[in-house]
Amino acid sequence: MAQQPKTIRTIPQDRTAMAEQDPEVRVGNFSEVALGYTEEQAALEAERCLMCTDPECITGCPVEIDIPGFIQKICDKDIRGAYDIMMKDNLLPAICGRVCPQEVQCEIVCTVADTLEPVAVGRLERWLGDVAVKEGWTSVPYIEPNGFKVGMVGSGPASITCAADMAKAGCEVIVYEAFHCPGGVLRYGIPEFRLPNDVIDAEIQNLTRLGVKIECNTLVGRLFTIEQMLDELGFDAVFIGTGAGYPSFMRIPGEALNGVMSANELLTRVNLMGAGHFPEYDTPLNLGKKVAVIGSGNTAMDAMRVSLRLGAEKVYCVYRRSRIESPARAEEVEHAEQEGVEFHWLTAPVEILGDEEGNVHAMRNIRMELGEPDDSGRRRPVPIEGSEYEFEADMVVYAIGTNANPIIGQTSKIKLNKWGYIDADDNLATSIAGVYAGGDIVTGGATVILAMGAGRQAARSMKAYLGITDSDTVYRPETKKMDGKLFGIDAGQKNFSRVHLAQV
Amino acid sequence: MFEITAREDFSDVTYLLEIEHPMLAKAARPGQFVVVISHERGERIPLTIADFDREKGTVTLVIQAVGKTTLEMQQSCEKGTRLFSVVGPMGLPTEIGEYGKVVCVGGGLGVAPVFPQLRAFKESGAYVIGVVGFRNKELIFWEDKFKEYCDEFIVCTDDGSYGIHGLVTAGLEKAIEEHSDIDEVLAIGPPIMMKACAETTRPHGVKTMVSLNPIMVDGTGMCGGCRVNVGGKMKFGCVDGPDFDAHKVDFDELLLRLSRFVPKEKKALEKWQKECRIQQQADRLVEQQTTH
Repeated sequence: MAQQPKTIRTIPQDRTAMAEQDPEVRVGNFSEVALGYTEEQAALEAERCLMCTDPECITGCPVEIDIPGFIQKICDKDIRGAYDIMMKDNLLPAICGRVCPQEVQCEIVCTVADTLEPVAVGRLERWLGDVAVKEGWTSVPYIEPNGFKVGMVGSGPASITCAADMAKAGCEVIVYEAFHCPGGVLRYGIPEFRLPNDVIDAEIQNLTRLGVKIECNTLVGRLFTIEQMLDELGFDAVFIGTGAGYPSFMRIPGEALNGVMSANELLTRVNLMGAGHFPEYDTPLNLGKKVAVIGSGNTAMDAMRVSLRLGAEKVYCVYRRSRIESPARAEEVEHAEQEGVEFHWLTAPVEILGDEEGNVHAMRNIRMELGEPDDSGRRRPVPIEGSEYEFEADMVVYAIGTNANPIIGQTSKIKLNKWGYIDADDNLATSIAGVYAGGDIVTGGATVILAMGAGRQAARSMKAYLGITDSDTVYRPETKKMDGKLFGIDAGQKNFSRVHLAQV
Repeated sequence: MFEITAREDFSDVTYLLEIEHPMLAKAARPGQFVVVISHERGERIPLTIADFDREKGTVTLVIQAVGKTTLEMQQSCEKGTRLFSVVGPMGLPTEIGEYGKVVCVGGGLGVAPVFPQLRAFKESGAYVIGVVGFRNKELIFWEDKFKEYCDEFIVCTDDGSYGIHGLVTAGLEKAIEEHSDIDEVLAIGPPIMMKACAETTRPHGVKTMVSLNPIMVDGTGMCGGCRVNVGGKMKFGCVDGPDFDAHKVDFDELLLRLSRFVPKEKKALEKWQKECRIQQQADRLVEQQTTH
């Protein structure tokens, strides 16, 4: 194992490229755009990790994956070992590798990035996840049932992560999903060409292998309430991961016209209900020839690229700030540009215009310029007087953000914050004892990895609440300093009153 | 799951399905609806819960066969068959408050959805006037069921073959004339009928609630496809409704948005009817072969 320490000059200098479908070809299909690394490419890219003594990438990751740890195992050709290290912190590598904005999380703080391009952590993670799916690996430890029953509301990334942790701790876990198909935003929101359904199915199957039960077609709040789960249905603790899918509109004239819809409606019709295959699938979609999408986040990129693939001749992105302020994942913006989306940066819609039959036929916009920063720190867009202009469009899609889903708030005494999201403290506990919440329903629309992180945090809190001590809490290797520890033993473990001295 | 325990046909377009779903029967409240997918490639359609039996554990839907999905269901849903997905109960339950006198108006298909509210008002102690309208005498259903819970029961037929000769608004006007102390009118039926009822009660200043039926996809408030304009504010029919103040609803906008898939609906229907014809021809051929 002894080898020369790697330096910035000895590692492969270029970031290993990953094959992608050609833009002209891929706008005609829904197959994955990013094709993933081969084994050789993964091995080569893994060599680029400098194995820093103080790895900042770990703290850059919202769930603190031991990145150098799994990369080292890849270098050692111990792929199964790499997977086991990954699985300690990230239960959905095949998903996160595809959708995490690594460029602002782990890769941005990579030491290699000071001189060269950062180590492609995301691509390695995705490769590892895919190998695991192909080989059918699971890390199902021996699980000792502890008699507790916990419920998850929603089957998106936050809930399924929490479910996996609680199942591994020995609880009976039931996940409730309102739709007829599990996955939450992974399924209805993220299109097939970014996150294939097979990958979601494989990850969900891992969950069922742990003994988790998933019940679809169950609308918690209405079929039964959170309170009923605790009082009547025998649950000891509940996690709420219902997401933030209540779409925002702008209330400009013309929003009721035929052809105007939220990105959620477009994506749900296509991704979940198969509207792209109408009439073989019954759900229709009135796809326009000229589609305007308002917004430039990941959802907007998805809406644009889905429209292209369904046959739109022109797809416009209308965003009131500039490209730099776009909140989308960098790779998605690049791919959208390659695929031919026409970007109207620094533009905001003013009115949607329709014909006599009530169909959209044009959109009037106004140009914007960036003024002083607002509360989020981004520069506030200000309209430029007299710069209005129109372009033809027969479909307008809103992707300007979402609000909290109202159903849990309507049906429970749980405390909400002033914006309608569930009020949760740092441990993700809500105002009801035994009920925890995480993901978009707490934070507002965010990312899959943050939702997963919340699911893990909630699981830790739920275990503490129920009084379950398990290997995750006690023996979790500390990567930070020794705060709250004595000789590496967690101070929370107050079981020791005596320390046996070694006999010399 | 989702097994059909009974089927009844009221006419050649209207049929009733009783579905086994004990938890749903227990949770259902008047005014709520379910979203149904009849088969794996089906679409999600909202259907008002027309009745529920908490002891038997069943929920009843009354459906009008108007498009591909409801026609297909009319053909394939029999006792013992299953639906692919039934989820609910959705929507805010109707507020049954302490009313002295209410009028429940059901037009055509709206007759079934108004029944649970009508019964709930009666059970809350109100004086209930039921007004129902059908095109003709042959299409009438649930007359006895209504009479059981109504203090007064008015039937209207478009062709005059039974009861009052006129639209259901004629019956509503009669009720308003005879009673000056009506607390609330609840009207359910096609949007045009609900709009007409709103205009009938507006000059009298009687509080009128309607149950809107916009096109829906999820039914849980996450897509906005069912958005309606109520008093200038945007509301989602599935989580803010389906009941709204009829005098504030922009019915014209609702009608416009309800028609946005008409070309697609037509295409789906034609394709399905063609497939049915081909299937019938094939069946006939097989029959001929076997008789030879």
